[in-house]
Amino acid sequence: MSDDVLLRLAGVHTHIGRYHILHGVDLAVREGRLTMLLGRNGAGKTTTLRTVMGMWRASAGLIDFAGAPISGRATPDIARLGIAYVPESMGIFGQLTVRENLLLAAGPAGLHPGRLDGVFAIFPVLREKLHQAAGTLSGGQKQMVAISRAIVEERRLIIVDEPTKGLAPAVIGQLIAAFQALKRQRTTILMVEQNFHMAQALGDDVAVMDDGRVVHTGTMADLADDDALQTRLLGLSLASHQ
Amino acid sequence: MRRLRQDWPALALAPAVALLALPVMDLPTWIALTAAGAAMGMMLFLMAAGLTLIFGLMDVLNFAHGAFITLGAYVAASVMGALASWVGADDLARNLAALAVAVLAAAAAAGAAGLVFERGIIRRVYGAHLQQILITVGGMIVAEQLILAAWGAQPVQVGKPVTLRGSFVLAGAAVEKYRLVAVALGLLVFAAMQLTLNRTRIGLLVRAGVENREMVEALGYRIRRLFIGVFVAGTALAGIGGVMWAVYQELVTAAVGADMTILVFIVVIIGGLGSVGGCFAGAVLVGLTTNYIGFLAPKLALGSNIALMVLVLLWRPRGLLPLAR
Amino acid sequence: MRALLHRHVLSGDRPGHPAVTALLILLLLALLVVPFAVPGTKSMAAASRIAILAVLAGSYDIALGYTGIVSLAHAMFFAIGAYAVAIPLAGGWVGWGAIGLGMAAGAVLAAAIAAAITLLSLRVQTIFFSMITLAVASFAQVLATQLRGLTGGEDGLSFSLPAALSPSFHLLPGRVLGVRVDGRLLTYYLILLAALLLFLLMLRIVNSPFGRVLLAIRENAFRAEALGFRVIVYRTLASALAAAIAALAGGLMAVLLRYNGPDATLSFSVMVDILLMVVIGGMGTLYGPALGAAVIVLAEYYLQPALQGLADALVGIPVLPALFNPDRWLLWLGLLFVGFVYFLPAGIVGSLRRRRG
Ligand SMILES: Nc1ncnc2c1ncn2[C@@H]1O[C@H](COP(=O)(O)OP(=O)(O)O)[C@@H](O)[C@H]1O
Ligand SMILES: [Mg+2]
Repeated sequence: MSDDVLLRLAGVHTHIGRYHILHGVDLAVREGRLTMLLGRNGAGKTTTLRTVMGMWRASAGLIDFAGAPISGRATPDIARLGIAYVPESMGIFGQLTVRENLLLAAGPAGLHPGRLDGVFAIFPVLREKLHQAAGTLSGGQKQMVAISRAIVEERRLIIVDEPTKGLAPAVIGQLIAAFQALKRQRTTILMVEQNFHMAQALGDDVAVMDDGRVVHTGTMADLADDDALQTRLLGLSLASHQ
Repeated sequence: MRRLRQDWPALALAPAVALLALPVMDLPTWIALTAAGAAMGMMLFLMAAGLTLIFGLMDVLNFAHGAFITLGAYVAASVMGALASWVGADDLARNLAALAVAVLAAAAAAGAAGLVFERGIIRRVYGAHLQQILITVGGMIVAEQLILAAWGAQPVQVGKPVTLRGSFVLAGAAVEKYRLVAVALGLLVFAAMQLTLNRTRIGLLVRAGVENREMVEALGYRIRRLFIGVFVAGTALAGIGGVMWAVYQELVTAAVGADMTILVFIVVIIGGLGSVGGCFAGAVLVGLTTNYIGFLAPKLALGSNIALMVLVLLWRPRGLLPLAR
Repeated sequence: MRALLHRHVLSGDRPGHPAVTALLILLLLALLVVPFAVPGTKSMAAASRIAILAVLAGSYDIALGYTGIVSLAHAMFFAIGAYAVAIPLAGGWVGWGAIGLGMAAGAVLAAAIAAAITLLSLRVQTIFFSMITLAVASFAQVLATQLRGLTGGEDGLSFSLPAALSPSFHLLPGRVLGVRVDGRLLTYYLILLAALLLFLLMLRIVNSPFGRVLLAIRENAFRAEALGFRVIVYRTLASALAAAIAALAGGLMAVLLRYNGPDATLSFSVMVDILLMVVIGGMGTLYGPALGAAVIVLAEYYLQPALQGLADALVGIPVLPALFNPDRWLLWLGLLFVGFVYFLPAGIVGSLRRRRG
């Protein structure tokens, strides 16, 4: 493997209560690239992300970030290494204003005007919603707030879990544009996505999970070209989807 | 604005109860009972605010919360006893100074006990409600017995400062002076809490943590430390509530915390677990109801509060001002 | 023979460890022979107490151990049963009908109140249940002391039992094995029999399909709901059943004491005893709470004198005598309770079973 790997999981096992969910996950996320984590429902994608964030504790295996082990560390300490996490549920603070949501994400120095402008450049609607309670926003706008929280500070890695879940196609288009903008800035991203159109539009590398393991890794381009592989791994093919 | 539109019926409940009571008694009685109810409400708020925040932030329900009320009450007894000359002086400044010393001492003692309790007991049962309830019920038993061992089984007299004794007359009604002090302190604490919650970074973190603890951690904040702070502040407030109640009653027994716990639970359920504003509204409501019904049908005072709680739950299953979660 | 006993009497519920079996047999034998082995009213009263509290603790276990809900009003249901028996008897209706009707009325009333509380609070949030039961139990205490005409207030109600149960009644002339066969002895065995039958009934309940659903709900309420079980219905039924059985135990307690009052059945210290018995014996095992009852009753008889001895020995040392004062015995039981919840949450029986695998 190349040594530009920012995040590496090796043989990670995770138990939730009495259930053994991850059975030895191997995964490498390379610097400056967007890695797509695919797989059917219940494959263990969310559990993998939560394990990286320290929200579940790995019962075995190694997780290294920027060359240092992070497994066993507490969630806040992992986040402080420069990892942003956008959960499946978005994790918006609905009673707080959009600005307060961003402020919490910004760290002790407060909101930097320049970075806030960067956020508005990607999601212009948020400028006028800044002082509105986040709970009153539409689903798509909430997702924009959630992603804004991840980029309002300098981060080394952004982890995003199914950002398009439940969103209208028009909003999905906006999100794709937003992530493309982030990719141009060479942000390292690990994303779970069920929407194969979005996955294909954004992914550089792919890892496919099944039953608590990574069963395939490669580039997005290779997977997108190989209908048979798609059918075998994901139970669908891009051709049949379009 | 949107909030106000859905919250106003809940906020109007206490004034509505006060108005409902007016026709069934004469005006001076009503004024006296309303003042008493407001004072009791403020003291209940002091006792309950910590409990509700602790639950909101960490999902921890502390059945031993009343022990900190009891501790505050006994500290008040000891401090007022030691400062007997200030308490007995016909001088408002020295009287208030004695009360202030008692409040500070009780806050320190209850806060310190809270710190020990959180580190020693609560920390080990995060996320396990059944164990939490059992262990804190056990903690309450042990704490009450320790207080009995320290202060003895006999009820202890508490001196009420001279200038705060007695009443003044308002529209033909006798209103006890001490009640005004209680109302003032309650409002002060409520205002300070609102300011802290809405205007400071710590307050922002607490509000965020109440909504989604895990996400606050994912943003890099060590919420456990925040929680310890809230726990200590909450138990210190309970201690202050205990002081105010003890001086009000002029007598403390080891059962005071357990007795008040019942009302405190009713207050936080009515208000919506985790909500400071709801806790305030619930406390005033319970204070007023207790005093009106206590006057009209003394045996039913507690029963009426339970009935009030049931009605509120049937109307709003998550309390008057629930948290959006 | 053993298999039949297991299947039909114990409803297939095995003690699960030889030590548990031995302790249970020992307890049962002791209760059976106490009037002859240790003659005297005091030992008989203690033995009856164990039998009744075993039923009471067992009924609490149905709610706490098998259903996973923490009620703090269980003593209230116990008291409801006791008052339901005491009120007609003290009112002058001294007959078997009064006892029977009182038992039935107490059980029905307790079940209805429990169902109402459970439906109200569990619809909202499970954690409300404990808080609301605590509030309702305190209100019951206020009512019991203030409705003096009905309950006798703080003093409670004393009454006589039907002639066959009174000490002056002699079933046989003379003595059997040195003991008079009088109404007292009859009362003792009647209570023991009733307690035993109630306990076997509880074993049947928790080992029925209904009991297994309760366990599934305790393990994972969400999952049970997904499997199609109406969680709230099952929890309400369990809570009502537990309350009804507690009321029946309360009726037995009233018969035993020929008295009922707030301190005997209603006070918070009774609730503390119940918690202790269940947690020390082992939640969710039913046999555990029965053994826990024996432990607590024996502790009541021996702990206070032991503390007195310690306190006397420690006179002159600061602090310690106040802690070992016999009036502080709840301190030690409280510490024991906290210790069990931490270190042996499965209790005696649960821990023994686990050790065996
Ligand atoms: N809190 C939990 N408790 C028990 N099992 C869980 C929990 N969360 C997830 N699982 C199980 O773990 C498996 C993987 O879930 P998840 O990681 O959410 O899958 P994905 O995100 O790939 O859809 C699923 O079988 C799911 O049922
Ligand atoms: Mg998922």
